[in-house]
Amino acid sequence: MDEIQDGLTQIDCDILVIGGGTAGPMAALKAKRKNPNANVVLLDKANVKRSGAISMGMDGLNNSVIPGYATPEQYTKEITIANDGICDQAAVYRYAQECYGIIQELDEFGIRFQKDQNGEYDVKKVHHIGTYVLPMPNGDTVKKALYRQLRKARIQIVNRYMATRLLTGEGRIAGAICVNTRTAEFLVVRAKAVIMGLGAAGRLGLPTSGYLYGTYENASNSGEGYAMAYHAGAGLANLECYQINPLIKDYNGPACAYVAGPMGGYTANAKGERFIECDYWSGQMMQEFFDELQGGKGPVYLKLNHLAEETISEIERVLHIVERPTRGHFHAGRGTDYRKQMIEMHISEIGFCSGHSASGVFVDEHARTTIPGLYAAGDMANVPHNYMLGAFTNGAFAGLDAADFIADVDFASFDQSEVVAEQERVLAPTKRDDGIPPNQIEYKTRRLVNDYLQPPKVTAKMELAQQRFEEVREDMEQGMYVRDAHELMRSLEASSILDCADMAAAASLYRTESRWGLYHNRVEYERDDENWFCHTILTKGDDGKPAHSKKAVQPYVVEIADDEKDAYYNQRVDATVAAE
Amino acid sequence: MPLAQTATTVPVVVNDDLCIADKGCTVCVDVCPLDVLRIAEKADGSKTAYMKYDECWYCMPCEADCPTGAVTVNLPYLLK
Repeated sequence: MDEIQDGLTQIDCDILVIGGGTAGPMAALKAKRKNPNANVVLLDKANVKRSGAISMGMDGLNNSVIPGYATPEQYTKEITIANDGICDQAAVYRYAQECYGIIQELDEFGIRFQKDQNGEYDVKKVHHIGTYVLPMPNGDTVKKALYRQLRKARIQIVNRYMATRLLTGEGRIAGAICVNTRTAEFLVVRAKAVIMGLGAAGRLGLPTSGYLYGTYENASNSGEGYAMAYHAGAGLANLECYQINPLIKDYNGPACAYVAGPMGGYTANAKGERFIECDYWSGQMMQEFFDELQGGKGPVYLKLNHLAEETISEIERVLHIVERPTRGHFHAGRGTDYRKQMIEMHISEIGFCSGHSASGVFVDEHARTTIPGLYAAGDMANVPHNYMLGAFTNGAFAGLDAADFIADVDFASFDQSEVVAEQERVLAPTKRDDGIPPNQIEYKTRRLVNDYLQPPKVTAKMELAQQRFEEVREDMEQGMYVRDAHELMRSLEASSILDCADMAAAASLYRTESRWGLYHNRVEYERDDENWFCHTILTKGDDGKPAHSKKAVQPYVVEIADDEKDAYYNQRVDATVAAE
Repeated sequence: MPLAQTATTVPVVVNDDLCIADKGCTVCVDVCPLDVLRIAEKADGSKTAYMKYDECWYCMPCEADCPTGAVTVNLPYLLK
């Protein structure tokens, strides 16, 4: 295994789904059920059994819109406000209307959701305004339940192939070029439609631990989706709206205030005092977190040590078996007992992820990108605050629409020289006898991301970042060296990470205002609704560098009253409330 | 210019006595999202799984899915 081998195979399918995490499997299932004759291929860089952000499951649905607790109108309004108004509501509204049906389907798959004594869904309030969080008592079983459905539906699964570039022709999608991560053999997939569910750009900033893989996101989510969409000519929206998270320091995993909050836990400063009313992740909340640290009141903690023993035991039971189970090991190693100590938190490195913020490949309410036949869903598509249920639901929309799209088209022809050029690009690091290994290219890129792109954003620093990135790119293109197929995968990831770093800098420089709290805090500029109440769309320019344009926010489906618009800026607790 | 050999302690540890790679088991290698595990042949010709690449997300499918409980996921030293 891992020896580099020559080889190129071509296969055809109706629908190629890239990414077998959350959105991808649901897209494949929906497409196949709608058109049982369609040949649907689900491809993953890892193994679909355990790939993606929910590799070890999830502790709950963070954005369920359940009749009796919330309406689609309320949810759409809340997400619009949380995103400072920059939101095409059609996609959010459709999600809000249809996610309940997806919850019921997941229930049928065997994924249980918490119910109260009356048998009703036991929904919790975590957001600033509405009630949307539904715990999952057996959330560790999600991937297994999904995998069973994929097998039952006879979806063709291709593991350990990494898609590196999309193919286009005749003004639409034509397929994808993929590389085996253990042999370096190529697979060209011709497809009538392609659905991308490649997850976040989770390896963009460098965790403060210095460990390349110590990221919040599954470290295999290294931004290929963004890079491939960019090189294929698709539009990417609002990339300057970074994802930045309040995480457990060093462990760099979620503190899970969404689990602990409804049970009485909360985010506190060093004195154990609550300083934000709401622990729901938003740019405005992160700004308050940042301000608390800057004000000398840090570190910031997750506080549970005022809770009753049975409550703490229940929190431990949930948090130590799903999503990031090694959290229990981490606390044990540090001697942190939730009963006695508070849990130290910090501000994470930056990434792209619409799961929690709002940036990504531009899509409409059908999950269509700007390239006909190309879809995107989940963390990499720009429907804001997706979370897991958004990935499932928008993945479903993509699958359903793609099933219709393929009915009317044949394979688009593409230029074979694109395949040859991609083979040369991919294999270049294998042709050298000596050079810079991918981990050093990646480390340097990500360290520069931290040095120059982490908010608060400063123009001169971001321009320096662009110069440094160009130097690293030169090194990468002329001098990167790999010894086996595994390292070749890492070299391709390093290339995606550098593309994302370039896009993050360019998008942040383009929007000359501040917005979304800490996510796009440009210290030299105030918020400017007159000029910047719009999406920014980044595409690959004719010069091969990022080009930018403004795109109007679509007319709202649900109106927002003037006195509601800034609700997310009213998070700070007025008089500090002592905990005990 | 040869590459340096820098030592690193790895987070995933496999108990050779419990590992059944000899019988053809590759479960932990199959499920790892980062693809960092491999099967090694020992001096006596028997086989065992081990962590070949120090690129771990400490996510735990290898430990959870191992049929004999041979795999333990520790935290990478840099962050524990």
